[in-house]
Amino acid sequence: MAPPSSRRSGFSKKAQFSLFTGYLLAGAGAVLGLALLALSLWQPAAFAPLRGVASDVVAPVGTGGAVTRSGSQGFFATISGYFNAGQQNAELRRENELARIRLAEADAIKAENQRLKGLLDLRDGEAKPVAMARLVGSTATSVRRHAYISAGTSSGVAPGMPVLSERGVIGRVLETGRNSARVLLLTDSESVLPVRRAKDNVIAFAEGRGDGLLRIRLVNLGVNPLKVGDMMVTSGAGGYYRPGVAVAVIAKITPDGGIARLVAEPSATNFVAVEPVHEAAAVAELEDTVLPGPSPAAGATPTPTPAPPSGAAAGEE
Amino acid sequence: MERIDPRARSDIYGLRINRAPYAWRVRSVPYVTIMLGSLLPVLLIADLMPLFPSLGFLLLLGWRMVRPGLLPLWAGAPLGAFDDLVSGQPFGSAILLWSLAMIVIELIETRFPWRGFWQDWFTAGVIAVSYWFAALLVSGASVTPEMFIVALPQALLSVMLYPIIARMVAGLDRFRLARARKID
Repeated sequence: MAPPSSRRSGFSKKAQFSLFTGYLLAGAGAVLGLALLALSLWQPAAFAPLRGVASDVVAPVGTGGAVTRSGSQGFFATISGYFNAGQQNAELRRENELARIRLAEADAIKAENQRLKGLLDLRDGEAKPVAMARLVGSTATSVRRHAYISAGTSSGVAPGMPVLSERGVIGRVLETGRNSARVLLLTDSESVLPVRRAKDNVIAFAEGRGDGLLRIRLVNLGVNPLKVGDMMVTSGAGGYYRPGVAVAVIAKITPDGGIARLVAEPSATNFVAVEPVHEAAAVAELEDTVLPGPSPAAGATPTPTPAPPSGAAAGEE
Repeated sequence: MERIDPRARSDIYGLRINRAPYAWRVRSVPYVTIMLGSLLPVLLIADLMPLFPSLGFLLLLGWRMVRPGLLPLWAGAPLGAFDDLVSGQPFGSAILLWSLAMIVIELIETRFPWRGFWQDWFTAGVIAVSYWFAALLVSGASVTPEMFIVALPQALLSVMLYPIIARMVAGLDRFRLARARKID
């Protein structure tokens, strides 16, 4: 198919000029894009207000999608439940008995814990969530892993706040709009989270790999104490997350730690809780001393250079 | 005449006498569909890894290939700006890459004015894969081998989807030009 003849300019001055103007405008658009791209890589937060407005518009529409998403997952689970109902029933009964025993043990431990905490005069770690929100959707085309939630500054959400589901950590708030916020998911390759093993105090960092898994890197190198199936929880270092929230389960052992699977998968999550920054005063002080510039969503690492939300400043490390 | 053949006075756009297409449809359908294409992947899935190719970009390619001359040469910049707002890429990446894609297609078209479906698919495929790779590089994340492997299906999908997108755009074009308005 040939292009329409109207687009061949010929001798017409007018047609020639409009063709030239088209090229000029397109070139100007490309140059403008390059400049904006450089600016947003250099200052990732520069366009946050603009994106906030866009996500405010998108969030209500996405709520409908979120309902069908969680609904359809329940639908498939129901069907597969019919196929292995009998076997599952027996297994569940056995598990239930075990769980009852463990629960009794946990009660005893809880009581002991409270007594010891009372002795040490520690305050309770449970925080009251700032807002409950629906996980609206995520950036499915970009390699950056961001998600949108349906609560923003109007409900008190601020950048840096941890976002948790009923199962564990989802991520932390990166940018806020009026009624929506953008969340940096744990699997984003710029996300770093200090964790420890649930049963003892093996300290590590959980880094996103960008492919849905986390890389667990131990702080103390030596003999790798991790085993497949170990649960990693937040250690509370860095001050953003309260300690003891489930993050990931080790799936594979590597020389310097392991590869872990998320406990709280965003695709299976409908509602999330936004919690206040755990040690807000300490975080503010850290940011003042380490980063003089305004960096609202600076990382949750206790290292001197907190991981920035985007790769712009990652070169410093 | 209509009693013999009810479609005697009509073509694929509908009846020809006394009918006209809606002006708003003629102008807005390409832009609206491309913007919806940018929005759709964000709304439907919340997942751990990038799965879906940029539907907005594929629709832009589709409209540009199926209907050359309909979108102005500079249309990549404003549509890309909208895509940047929701896609999660750093702001400016789609403005740059979509503008470049439009210019490249224009240059290819002046070089090879007579094109067919296979050449269109080839051009769209090469541009879609280059776009995928460039978007990966400018995403602001440090590119790891794992990330690259995980994003590979996106590249494959964006090439394989072009024929379907082209048919879809052709259908939308019929809707755009359908003579739905009665002139009294």
